[in-house]
Amino acid sequence: MKKILIVDDSKVIRMVAKKILQELEFETEEAADGQEALTICKTAMPDGVLLDWNMPVMDGLEYLKALRALPGGDAPIVIFCTTENDISHIQEAISSGANEYIMKPFDSEIIQAKFDQVGLL
Amino acid sequence: MTPEDVDLFSKIVKERSGLVVSPNKAYLLESRLLPVARRHELGDLEALAAAVRSSSPEAILEDITEAMTTNETFFFRDIGPFDRFRENILPPLLENRAASKSLRIWCAAASTGQEPYSLSIILMEMASQLAGWKVEIIGTDISNEALNKAKAGLYSQFEVQRGLPIQTLLKYFTQEDANWKISENIRKMVTYKHFNLLDGFAGLGHFDVVFCRNVLIYFEQSDKAQILDRICKQMPADGSLFLGGAETVIGVTDKFKQVPNLRGVYSPA
Repeated sequence: MKKILIVDDSKVIRMVAKKILQELEFETEEAADGQEALTICKTAMPDGVLLDWNMPVMDGLEYLKALRALPGGDAPIVIFCTTENDISHIQEAISSGANEYIMKPFDSEIIQAKFDQVGLL
Repeated sequence: MTPEDVDLFSKIVKERSGLVVSPNKAYLLESRLLPVARRHELGDLEALAAAVRSSSPEAILEDITEAMTTNETFFFRDIGPFDRFRENILPPLLENRAASKSLRIWCAAASTGQEPYSLSIILMEMASQLAGWKVEIIGTDISNEALNKAKAGLYSQFEVQRGLPIQTLLKYFTQEDANWKISENIRKMVTYKHFNLLDGFAGLGHFDVVFCRNVLIYFEQSDKAQILDRICKQMPADGSLFLGGAETVIGVTDKFKQVPNLRGVYSPA
């Protein structure tokens, strides 16, 4: 079973994402900010990360850059999932090492389509 | 709505488009035709039915038919057919057409344009291979409303996220407020035409590849058969037909045969 780390400061969004991902038969783990997520990744790399952008302590982009600099940090497939929906944000995320990008609001169909495209499904 | 009204509306749709409103879809009449009634300043479906019975105004009949068509689609829908198009169908076709350097593709249920544009994107990615080629993509649909959207090439955030990888979005779309507009070079690869599948195909010309996915399921068996037979007539022996995932030619026509190992792809028998 593949493990997905859900990183979002909103408990509600984490819950929704968790429900969708578990229906797609993923194992899930949660972090409320980039720092927490980084700590988890240092112990064990997940297969994929569903990543919010705007979060306290450490935001999604900072986390992504730190993750990619870790040994083995290039392995997890990172999918941004954020309300930031302009081209410049998307480009910055992709050039910083994100594999896919979901613009909120999302639904299970979008999650499934994107996870399918990046080969997690 | 009375059973007589259900019959009346279903009959109009069937006669004008071939689409069958099955009894278990009758509930759709209510939700889809109420906006039509309102548009023509009629209070409810009874008034709409009365208007049809008294004078059958063409504009109303057309709107009723259009409202009952299904436009559900998304970019690279089901992905498999597009992979098979790029990897299995195109290479031999390009070889066979090396002399004429021309290729014609028909999306027979183009709806709001996602399917023809997905094909355009695939062909654009092969631009270096297709230099000097004349590639035509014709998108037809019975719904003018869907075709207008297709021609505009403007999609909501929700629509572009169903099926389009983010890199493709960045490459071939520009942002317009909350929407995404397909780039001009992709848009101009497709010619859209209003077309009823029950009408004659001869005016459309010949096609090397036909995408006719998820539309024949709404037709009666006999209409299905004659549409497939007529598609076959517009196709050279090395042409290919793509049907939807739940569709087949088996038991419908013997003009096409399944291409071995390519699910959903058929060639003239």
